[in-house]
Amino acid sequence: MNDFSHLEDFLGDFQLDVLKEVGNIGAGHAATALSTLLDKPIDMLVPKVRMLPFEEICESVGGAETVVLAIFLRVEGDAPGNMFFILDLVAAKNMLRDLVGLSISDHEEYSELELSALNEIGNILAGSYLSSLADFTNLNMQPTVPALAIDMAGAILSYGLLQFGQMGDQALLIDTKFLEGENEVQGHFFLIPDPESFGKIFSALGVVSP
Amino acid sequence: MTQENIIKVGMADLNVARQTEVLKTTGLGSCVGVTLYDSRSKVAGMAHVMLPSSEIAREGSLNIAKYADTAIPELIKRMEQLGANINKLEAKLAGGAQMFAFAGNNDTMRIGPRNVESCKEMLNRYKIPILAEDTGANYGRTIEFYSETGVLVIRSVQLGVKEM
Repeated sequence: MNDFSHLEDFLGDFQLDVLKEVGNIGAGHAATALSTLLDKPIDMLVPKVRMLPFEEICESVGGAETVVLAIFLRVEGDAPGNMFFILDLVAAKNMLRDLVGLSISDHEEYSELELSALNEIGNILAGSYLSSLADFTNLNMQPTVPALAIDMAGAILSYGLLQFGQMGDQALLIDTKFLEGENEVQGHFFLIPDPESFGKIFSALGVVSP
Repeated sequence: MTQENIIKVGMADLNVARQTEVLKTTGLGSCVGVTLYDSRSKVAGMAHVMLPSSEIAREGSLNIAKYADTAIPELIKRMEQLGANINKLEAKLAGGAQMFAFAGNNDTMRIGPRNVESCKEMLNRYKIPILAEDTGANYGRTIEFYSETGVLVIRSVQLGVKEM
C-alpha cells in the first residue's frame, strides 16, 4: 500500500504527465460542449497539474477575497473527488448573454433564470468532462447535482480542499483555463481528486507508481 | 488603520496580537474563525480552524492550527506568553457556513456546523465564555479583530459589514 500522505513523493514526472493527459481529455470535451452551447469557439490552455499550498490555490483565481461564481459538484464512484467551474462575474454575465440571448442586467444580482442557466452550463460541462474520463479510464465516475455559489473564492475553494486538509496543507489539482477568442481567461475548471483516488486512476490506466 | 498593523492569519493558521495590531483572516467558508481576547492586557488571538478534530489527521507532521481541538489550546498558550490571563479570556466565533446545499448525505457536507460545535466544546472545556457569534448560513466571511478594543468586524459579500 502506498503512503499517500506524501503525494509529492508518490507522483513522479510521468505520473504528473498522465494526470495532465487526463485533464486534457476531460477539459477538451468540456470545451467542445461549451463551444456548441455558446455557438462560438472556446479555447482551453493545456491543463496544469500542480501540488499547491491552499493559499496559492485561492491566489490562482485572484485571491481569497475575490468574488467569483462557482459551480461545485462532487464526483462519486471509483475515484471520488471535487470539481469546480469558476467564472469571474463579468465572464458569467457575458456567457449568459451569449447563451440565453437575454439582455443581461448590469447590476450584480442574478435572476433565478440566470442562475438556473449557469447551473445547467456547469452540469453539461462537468458531465462531458466526467463521461470522457470514465470512458478513458474505465472507472465509474458520477457527478452529484451541481450547486452554485457567488462568494469569496477562499470560502468556496476551501470546501474542496477538506479531504487534502487531513493530510497536509497542499492539494493536487488539475487546473484548466478556458479562453474565449481574444478575451482574457473566462473561467477555470478545477478537478481535485481525493488523495485516495490517484492510485485508482493510475492503476486503471496501467501506470505503476515510481 | 495602517497596513503595518495587520497580521494576516492564513487558512489553517493562528496568530496573536496586542496594542494596536489587527488580526485578519479572509474567505472563511466552512472554516471557523475563533478569536480570543483578554481586555485587561489587550492581548488578542485568532485561529482559522479548518477541521473539527485532529483524530482524523493523517499528516506527517501535524499542523495544530488546523484542527479545533489542537488550535484552541495552542492559541491560549501563545496568548499567555504575551501576558494574557486565561481566566479573563472571552471568545467570539465567525464562519462555519455550509457553502453548498446538497441532497447528499456525505458527512463532509456538514463540516461547517461540525467545526462550530467542536470549537464550542473546546472553549467550554477551558471555561471561556462566548460573547458573540456569527456562524452558519451559506456565505463566506472575512474577519478582522482589533486588539485595542476586542471588536470583531465581519464582512460578507451579501450582507456587507457588521461589528460584534
